[in-house]
Amino acid sequence: MLRIEQLTKRYRTGDTALRGVSLGVAAGEIIGLIGPSGAGKSTLIRCVNRLIEPTSGRVFLEENEITGLSGSALRAARRRIGMIFQEYALVERLSVMENVLSGRLGYVGFWASWFRRFPEADIERALALLDRVGLSDQIDKRADALSGGQRQRVGIARALAQEPELLLVDEPTASLDPKTSRQVMRLLTELCTERRLAAVVNIHDVALAQMFLPRIVGLRAGEIVYDGPATGLTPDVLTLIYGEEDWTQSTTQDDEEEAQTPSASEDAILAAQ
Amino acid sequence: MSSVNEPTARHWSPPRLIETPWVRWAVVIGVATYLVLAVETIDVNWVRVSEGLARAGRLFSGFLTPDFTTRWSDIQQGMIESLTMTVTATVAGVALSIPFALGAAGNLAPWWLYGFCRGVIAVARALQEIIVAIFFVAMFGFGPFAGFLTLTLSTIGFLAKLLADDIEEIDPSQVEAIRATGAGTGQVIDFAIASQTIPRLVGLTAYKVDINFRESSVIGIVGAGGIGATLNTALSRYEFDSAAAILLLIIAIVMACEYVSGLIRKRLA
Repeated sequence: MLRIEQLTKRYRTGDTALRGVSLGVAAGEIIGLIGPSGAGKSTLIRCVNRLIEPTSGRVFLEENEITGLSGSALRAARRRIGMIFQEYALVERLSVMENVLSGRLGYVGFWASWFRRFPEADIERALALLDRVGLSDQIDKRADALSGGQRQRVGIARALAQEPELLLVDEPTASLDPKTSRQVMRLLTELCTERRLAAVVNIHDVALAQMFLPRIVGLRAGEIVYDGPATGLTPDVLTLIYGEEDWTQSTTQDDEEEAQTPSASEDAILAAQ
Repeated sequence: MSSVNEPTARHWSPPRLIETPWVRWAVVIGVATYLVLAVETIDVNWVRVSEGLARAGRLFSGFLTPDFTTRWSDIQQGMIESLTMTVTATVAGVALSIPFALGAAGNLAPWWLYGFCRGVIAVARALQEIIVAIFFVAMFGFGPFAGFLTLTLSTIGFLAKLLADDIEEIDPSQVEAIRATGAGTGQVIDFAIASQTIPRLVGLTAYKVDINFRESSVIGIVGAGGIGATLNTALSRYEFDSAAAILLLIIAIVMACEYVSGLIRKRLA
């Protein structure tokens, strides 16, 4: 579905963020991308929809090569790829509904969007999505009046309004508390399953990644050092990704809501498979 | 031990602007000397001062008896000209400011466009309104058209600069998110940029309307039409009572504009 071949990104400052990354994601597959800060996780997903221009290498969505597209062809490719952001990146002064409808911008013309005259089908879809994420009573509120969890739900609805085939998710829970984080991750994975969406999820929280994401890719200094099941994240593998640290201590002691140990979450993932 | 309890005499004084004492004193003495010498060169002609005071007395007594009626048709025409100049110049200025502001925002425009737009804005800002008005009067003759052009230019200098600075400070993640949906450039400007900058644009426009009216009365004095021209005529005919009426009207309108623009800005905050 998504195929990344030998992707390299060197910034003008001389920093190399990605060194020949190759990765494949099947239709409907959700992968977690973990790695230390600065490993190139954000750069990698932004190279997929070309918010960042890769230095070399190729990206394919189905059989379409995204690298090398420009103008309206690039925009048409982008609307097949939904993106969800760490700080939500909602347009703060617009209403919830306008934010969700902005997911349709790739499909409607300039004047239609200028006068907010979106097609009936788009409005219907947006309302259905707001129902699905549980925000149907907030449609005319301004985005900056919502709580963090609600904002991220709007962000998810906006991405899904694009009717994407692939979701790029950049640290969806980094600004949320542990409980809301789990709720958002659960919603995301459920929606991906419902719609058979492929997703690449950048995530800091290893425990959360293991709980919700069956396949994990570990990135270190711009290179993939691990690609395998979440159950394979042994202390040795974590040391390989993040560097030396005592990984035997549990990292999930702060969630009293669903007091799961890492092994319990592994069981859950195994059961799901 | 004793060093802790002992009240040791450690001194602290705030750092001086000029550290070296002799430089500091040289600057102080130099400035004082210059002031004394400069004051000595001012030649006060006390006869003229007393004449001027007598004239000031007439001026002020004129102010106590403002005459709205004698020159009312002139005043009315001047006021209408000034208000027309203000409104048209503000509208034209805002319309031109928006593209220049977008071009002068470093986070959007390529370097060559940025340089060009910043250059135009710098020129528009560098030239003082009265000087610009004199140029335009020389080019297009007396009358409100020269005033309209002057105020349009000054609106670009003011609004495009402040708006461009505001655009440079927007939250880039909103722009990124809208671009990621596959939106075109116009749609990115509409959703991600305009939504963040329109409150500031409206506030600045309301403020500029009231500045433009004040300026329209000043540039009239150099021939660019409007109430300033009427005021200038009244003063040169020594019709202080009519001049007083004009000044009172200007003050009233400026205060009204300021009040309304304040209300608008408060509502948007």
